[in-house]
Amino acid sequence: MTRTLFPVLTVLFGILVIWFLAVAPMNIRVTLDQAARAGGDVVPAEAVERREASTLSLLLNNRSHIAGGYDLDRPRLPTPTQVGQELWKTTGAMVLKGRTWSKRSLIYHGWITLQSTFWGFLLGTSVGILGAVLVVKSRVLEMSLVPWAIISQAVPIVALAPMIIVLSSQIGIEGRGFPKALIASYLCFFPVMVGMIKGLRAPNAEQLDLLKTYSASGQQQFLKLRVPASLPYLFTSLKIGIAAALVGAIVGELPTGAISGLGARILIGDQFGTPLAIWAALFAAAILAGVLVTLIDRIQHVLLNKMGMRT
Amino acid sequence: MTSDTVIKAENLDLTFQTNDGPVHALKDVSLDIKKGDFVSFIGPSGCGKTTFLRCMADLETPTGGKITVNGVTPHEARRSRAYGYVFQHAGLYPWRTIGRNVRLPLEIMGYPKAEQDERIKRVLELVDLAGFEKKFPWQLSGGMQQRASIARALAFDADILLMDEPFGALDEIVRDHLNEQLLKLWAKTQKTICFVTHSIPEAVYLSTKIVVMSPRPGRISDVIDCPLPAERPLDIRDTQEFLDVAHRVREGLRAGHSYD
Repeated sequence: MTRTLFPVLTVLFGILVIWFLAVAPMNIRVTLDQAARAGGDVVPAEAVERREASTLSLLLNNRSHIAGGYDLDRPRLPTPTQVGQELWKTTGAMVLKGRTWSKRSLIYHGWITLQSTFWGFLLGTSVGILGAVLVVKSRVLEMSLVPWAIISQAVPIVALAPMIIVLSSQIGIEGRGFPKALIASYLCFFPVMVGMIKGLRAPNAEQLDLLKTYSASGQQQFLKLRVPASLPYLFTSLKIGIAAALVGAIVGELPTGAISGLGARILIGDQFGTPLAIWAALFAAAILAGVLVTLIDRIQHVLLNKMGMRT
Repeated sequence: MTSDTVIKAENLDLTFQTNDGPVHALKDVSLDIKKGDFVSFIGPSGCGKTTFLRCMADLETPTGGKITVNGVTPHEARRSRAYGYVFQHAGLYPWRTIGRNVRLPLEIMGYPKAEQDERIKRVLELVDLAGFEKKFPWQLSGGMQQRASIARALAFDADILLMDEPFGALDEIVRDHLNEQLLKLWAKTQKTICFVTHSIPEAVYLSTKIVVMSPRPGRISDVIDCPLPAERPLDIRDTQEFLDVAHRVREGLRAGHSYD
């Protein structure tokens, strides 16, 4: 753990530095426009001329205004500190005020998204594992199922999501929970299926021959060799699968006019021009994904260690 | 067929069809193996020694000739679990402890739980691994892992032990030790052992009968009876008798293997 901590923090620090430096050029135009409107001294003074000028020359000619770009209400690119403050305002601070489940709290929206993620993950994982078992068991099913599984992933989910929602309301399913979970599972099943096919086929010829010399049945071969051999592969794909399910749940919230969930926060933030809200929701989603993947990683570690497979 | 013949091959052929044309892995192979024999198969790569062993085990199907194991076809012999097979790699399941690895064939063959426990204890003692039951394979050295895989093959009542270069991947010192133990095991269990190797000293030291094979097509070029006494300490390998047999094996290998 401590061995990975240092490199991770180094990269994080590098990203923060680049991000911080990028704020000045990204925000200079907005800053100058505001300053000009407020009657400040801006070079060039005309908005039309500023549009023509390069970002670099604007920065060089208006050095006194650069600092203003780090303190905008609606910046093009907020600073890490602004995002951090917004994140705290909508999570920790809400908890302290006893408004954890308020509509303004990202914990509330995160919880909504997490539920869809969870059901989508459960459904997607089940479908993925079942698909893998069928494919490994039968050559015919492999030839008929695998191409469709691959094609399914070539369809852009943003194009499919609205149709899933329209169709599920058409067949009388109330609420957005089910279609969101369905979209999440659509993204989640594929990595699980691919990983499990690989895992169930992991035993080598010698291991299979050994069972043959015992004249073991197909079911014994499956349960005593293929399933345990596939577990490390399963966990690797579960980690990809849960992150994909989260993305699916968020995508499921985007095109639907949903008002709760992290995806809805991103969409609303965009429509109302509040970039801080978008960034905060984005980071909340990233943190949530990190927590979920770490959780599965821990379970994997404990379980496989218990099984004698060093991880 | 006499009643003490365990494995009988008559004019056995096996041809693999490959993209480069047919490969004659075995051609016209005939051999009788008697009960209690320790037979070594020796020869250069591609001589069909492993393929022959796999035919006995019903892991390959001959394309011609006849082979019987315990008087029945290899398939029937495999169905009745007539042999234990030891592979080149120990191939222990990493997720099972040594004890549970040995238990694997017993589970599959449906032995009652109490008898499983009793057999695991007995065979682990036989290969000198008592006390390692709860260890995982990665906690054992290569030689110990291979011993565990032999224990796994001995756990159920098969009179025949088929071993495919079981000590090939081990260093000489460990190999010496395991050879010595294998002889003791053979004396104790009275099993019929077929042993594939490419080491001349190993073949001479272990066997009652040495089958020298040569490649392209894979065939038997010589069968040598080893006159060494049943009791074989390691230093028997320095005696003239031993060296004579080794010399004959070497001659047989040279005769069957042209390099042009």
